[in-house]
Amino acid sequence: MAEIVLDKVTKRYGDTVAVAEFSLHIADGEFIILVGPSGSGKSTVLNMIAGLEDITEGELRIDGERVNERAPRDRDIAMIFQSYALYPHMTVAQNIGFPLKLAGLDKAAIAEKVEHAARLLGLTPYLDRKPAQLSGGQRQRVAMGRAIVRSPKAFLMDEPLSNLDAKLRVQMRTTISRLQKDLGTTTVYVTHDQVEAMTLGDRIVIMRDGVIQQVGTPQELYDRPRNLFVAGFIGSPPMNFLPGELTVDGVRTPLGTIPLGSQMPRGTVEPRRVILGIRPEAFEDAELMRDREPGVFYTGTVDIVESLGAEKIAFFDLGAVEAVRSEHLEALSRDRGTQDMAAESAQLTVRLDAKSKAAEGRPLKVWFSPESVYLFDPDSGATLTEHVVAG
Amino acid sequence: MSTRAPARHARRRISEEKTAQRRLALWLCAPAALIMLLVTGWPILYAVLLSLQRYDLRFPDERAWVGLSNYAAVLTDPFWWNAFWVTVVITVISVAIELVLGMLLALAMYRTLIGRGVIRTLVLIPYGIVTVVAAYGWRYAWTPGTGWLAGALPPGSAPLTEKIPGVAIIILAEVWKTTPFMALLLMAGLALVPDDLLKAASMDGATAWQRFWQVTLPLMRPAILVALLFRTLDAFRIFDNIYVLTGGAADTGSVSLLAYRNLIGGLNLGIGSTMSVLIFLTVAAISVLFIRAFGISAPGTQGERR
Amino acid sequence: MRTDRGARARWLAVDLLVALYVLIPVLWIVSLSFKHPSTFGDGSFIPRRWTLENYAGIFDNPDFTRGLINSIGIGLIATLIAIVFGTMAAYAIARLDFPGKNTLVAVSLLVAMFPQISLVSPLFQIERALGLFDTWPGLIIPYITFALPLTIFTLSSFLREIPWELEQAAKMDGATPFQAFWQVIAPLAMPGMVTTAILTFIFCWNDFLFAISLTSSNRARTAPATISFFTGSTQFEDPAGSIAAAAVIVTIPIIIFVLFFQRRIVSGLTSGAVKG
Repeated sequence: MAEIVLDKVTKRYGDTVAVAEFSLHIADGEFIILVGPSGSGKSTVLNMIAGLEDITEGELRIDGERVNERAPRDRDIAMIFQSYALYPHMTVAQNIGFPLKLAGLDKAAIAEKVEHAARLLGLTPYLDRKPAQLSGGQRQRVAMGRAIVRSPKAFLMDEPLSNLDAKLRVQMRTTISRLQKDLGTTTVYVTHDQVEAMTLGDRIVIMRDGVIQQVGTPQELYDRPRNLFVAGFIGSPPMNFLPGELTVDGVRTPLGTIPLGSQMPRGTVEPRRVILGIRPEAFEDAELMRDREPGVFYTGTVDIVESLGAEKIAFFDLGAVEAVRSEHLEALSRDRGTQDMAAESAQLTVRLDAKSKAAEGRPLKVWFSPESVYLFDPDSGATLTEHVVAG
Repeated sequence: MSTRAPARHARRRISEEKTAQRRLALWLCAPAALIMLLVTGWPILYAVLLSLQRYDLRFPDERAWVGLSNYAAVLTDPFWWNAFWVTVVITVISVAIELVLGMLLALAMYRTLIGRGVIRTLVLIPYGIVTVVAAYGWRYAWTPGTGWLAGALPPGSAPLTEKIPGVAIIILAEVWKTTPFMALLLMAGLALVPDDLLKAASMDGATAWQRFWQVTLPLMRPAILVALLFRTLDAFRIFDNIYVLTGGAADTGSVSLLAYRNLIGGLNLGIGSTMSVLIFLTVAAISVLFIRAFGISAPGTQGERR
Repeated sequence: MRTDRGARARWLAVDLLVALYVLIPVLWIVSLSFKHPSTFGDGSFIPRRWTLENYAGIFDNPDFTRGLINSIGIGLIATLIAIVFGTMAAYAIARLDFPGKNTLVAVSLLVAMFPQISLVSPLFQIERALGLFDTWPGLIIPYITFALPLTIFTLSSFLREIPWELEQAAKMDGATPFQAFWQVIAPLAMPGMVTTAILTFIFCWNDFLFAISLTSSNRARTAPATISFFTGSTQFEDPAGSIAAAAVIVTIPIIIFVLFFQRRIVSGLTSGAVKG
């Protein structure tokens, strides 16, 4: 059990800065997620906490003690690797018991603790097998067993689920979550999957280019993203971004003029350019609405419909409207590998009830509330709207 | 305080872990590095010193510093030049044959449908067999009266006592023994050529011949060059085969054999060492030539192209 | 179906050709070793009169048995030391970051290409001065030297195949760098070490130049050198029968290695050179 403090931790490789002045206070027992596109420095932070990489500047404290210069073995932290890093020449029992053996425990104590960890993870029948004889999910659990067996001060997990198939990943997600709650061990978890981040963490740290973008609970990040990057990163399908102009009487957008909501800055006399953000789930099919709530209606021709059973996702091609371009969003599309595919014209994604009659090539009328609109500064990417956390 | 802060930072940047790593590396490498340096570095310097002296163990009293006159003696000696050219001829011809034969053998081992394990096992026998042993086999095979191959020659001929047939048999023995090694290196190169690439080439309309020359060979280039370098340097040191087969008779001796005869047979350390140094320089020149001309990077170093 | 059978027949022919290439010279020596002295001059590939006399003769010859013992002893000791030192250096090259790494690789490469003859005269002098001439250590030391590049290259390429993360995992599990090496890396490196040991032993077993240059008696003279000093019991007797029998004996260990470790030898020979 430990509290981990990173105080302006910086990592430089020659002249390139991998992590810049990273400051974070991780409370005892907290489950922290580091998330960001590849190259954002999240794994570097994890390795610095582990002691596998040196800290160039700043201080790392575990339980108030500076540990920058300590070797990994003296930090009492366990780590789960993306590849699991199981020792192929050892059995499951030997793998799990290895840290205890290194710590000099006697055989009986090791056997007992291994037994206990194996029971906790459902590995008892496999204790005598070698890693090569196990399935991916079993290997993952052995890696977890090796981490929990010595009750370390903290767990570090480096994308531990990325090598599993989708179904198993969901299952292991709940296993990890439950295990962490039961043990109450401080955990730092690295992932690039925002769904994993949202479902697992007490708090999420979003990183980009080695700099923290925002720290908060999943709901905070979803409701009140501090900037364009965070807004685009959290949420699936991602938030729609459209060019807009903020004036005294509202925001002029390709979807029509949106009246000023309570969260919006008051329009100035001089109109200014903004980037407008609306989440796909903020839309509703106008036909399915019983009472006419005040809001904005938009009618367009549906380009493509994806029917997911529980819901429908419809895509509009906004034709003449130019797609929003911003360096803050580029990092995201680069990570998704879609930067070359970015459409010239703007797209609008809406997430509708399954009962919606949206059909490809047919016009569709959708509704959204002006309160659900975000505005961003096109240059700095900072959020201009001030939202109240829902619930 | 402010002046001391950066120094403290710099010291801390290399953490305990990193220093431990360097110290460990040093200790791990020290024995190997020391042995290699002590047993090659110091002796080669010593050989240079010996080569600058008149030093014949049969006449130890006449030992004296003579500058470069040993080099002048060796480099004007027709025996040296004969041995040198014999060595060059053996090296060039045997390596060339080995490359072609080795490539065929590699293809056979790599592609054969039946008995792949058996053929790969068999091929290791010439590689593993003691050179001297194989050389005796060839010697008796070509000795008139005892040899099964000598019988095929016109009566009265004794190939091992004539220059050209003698060199030919030396090349034969050398090729037989070392082609498998070449073939194994080339086979590893073949394994680097992705199967999909060959399939794509045949979809593009390439014949088997074109696939080999235009896809396989270019991709194998690094493997071929490394194999050629290794074998060339190895062939240039040829000694065992000649010692057993002809003993250097009829001007079939290599530079190594000539140097050996001067050193151990003649006990002329000055002249023998001069030859040793000259052989070392030639080998160094060949390596530099290969590395300059083809840009071979050393195995085991980073940044090797694949 | 027909083309398949055709292809198989063609490959069978190719295999057969390779088998003949390899086996004929070997079988010839075997045949020679079984020939009765009276039929030695018949030039026949197959002995007309079989005998074990040649084998009985060489095992009665104390020089040869002594040579075999020397070969085995010197080969094993040199291999063991070369593997230990080579593994240490290879681990450092493959795994650790330290200044001078490239120099070490360059030096090993230089030694690998070194013409042995260039060392004969200085080693001859130095060993005589140190009293190492005509002793086991006198041969073991140069053998280790020339085997080291081989072991370093082969082992470092084997070691590189072991996933990096295992070492980090061991460190996270509380291991010191040495424990990470000894308990995690070394067991995984075992197959590579066995392979390298075989190659090293074959190299030592095969050496001839040092064996005849740095010895003067049967104290340290290894089997190949002993064979080359075989003479008939009289001036007119041809030692060919004894030489052939000794040659077969010396070849047997090699055949055993090849039969049992074929796959490993192939991977060992090729790993250092091509994969890098």
